[in-house]
Amino acid sequence: MHVPDGFLNAPTSVATSVVAAGAVGLALSRARRELDDRTAPLAGLVAVFVFAAQMLNFPVGAGTSGHLLGGALAAVLVGPWTATLCLTVVLAVQSLLFADGGITALGTNVVLMAVVGVWTGWLVFVGLRRLVRSAGVRAVPALAGVAAVVSVPVAALTFTALYAVGGHAPIPLGELAAAMLGWHTVIGLGEGVITFLAVGSIIATRPDLVHGARGLTAARELEIRTGVPA
Amino acid sequence: MSAAPHRRVSTTRLVVVGLAVCAVLAGVVSAWASSNPDGLEYVAESLGFLDSARDHGSAGSPFADYGTAGVDDARLSGGLAGLVGIAVVAVVAFGLMHLLRRRSNDDD
Repeated sequence: MHVPDGFLNAPTSVATSVVAAGAVGLALSRARRELDDRTAPLAGLVAVFVFAAQMLNFPVGAGTSGHLLGGALAAVLVGPWTATLCLTVVLAVQSLLFADGGITALGTNVVLMAVVGVWTGWLVFVGLRRLVRSAGVRAVPALAGVAAVVSVPVAALTFTALYAVGGHAPIPLGELAAAMLGWHTVIGLGEGVITFLAVGSIIATRPDLVHGARGLTAARELEIRTGVPA
Repeated sequence: MSAAPHRRVSTTRLVVVGLAVCAVLAGVVSAWASSNPDGLEYVAESLGFLDSARDHGSAGSPFADYGTAGVDDARLSGGLAGLVGIAVVAVVAFGLMHLLRRRSNDDD
């Protein structure tokens, strides 16, 4: 879903850049609450994984492909503010080094994937977690997967809304919305599967590091630690 | 540190194994990724606004479009670009997260 230069007009691109800059600025201060000595390395790994996974376009039929956006995955693993930063790093490197996603469209892409993708995923995840709290930490991968499925069409509809405001070419909006929603619902299923597997693998090895599992971590045995200052 | 009742994977081990998996995905598996247009590109093409895309400002980058300039073999070219991307994202992301983290003895 990387928007190239030229799809949106200059005023819209400036507006999305301002929103993106504000969101990243806020994330830079709020992510401190999510990051400590234990979780900071996982956040680095999440950014690298999102970059790698975004190279792996999977076919979704009729000559179309899709790839992971990674917003829900990152939000559940390292927290939404940190996830916004992870996605922003990936998008900036992709745009500047790999010519993937326009430079003037970087703000648009940050809004679509690092803000809308991440926060839709996180809010859906938190809502679902409230409903099935008793299922505990084992439910986290499936809830993350469902949140991921929802996040992709929402990001696609956000693009449609931006295009309605500042699209360069006159396109019937109903048609655009239907086409974006249709394809990205299918791509969202792939997003859900990858998110389920990736979150599941961290839950299986280090559930204590997973931000979305905080307060859920079931019956971990108490450890006796020595050398911890009182 | 005392022996835990059951051994858990250390953070270092998790990160090293995770990075290795990512390197294989970006450096090798990516050669089998679908080269069809993605959802947005396909929609733009079928509705006729793909042409409004301008040439990319980074089109002259040695790694533009996930290839490596001067490397003819497609798999090698794409794989190298993927590995370079992994390295750059890793340096920036691990560095940023390290700078932002609360130290364990911070009072917040």
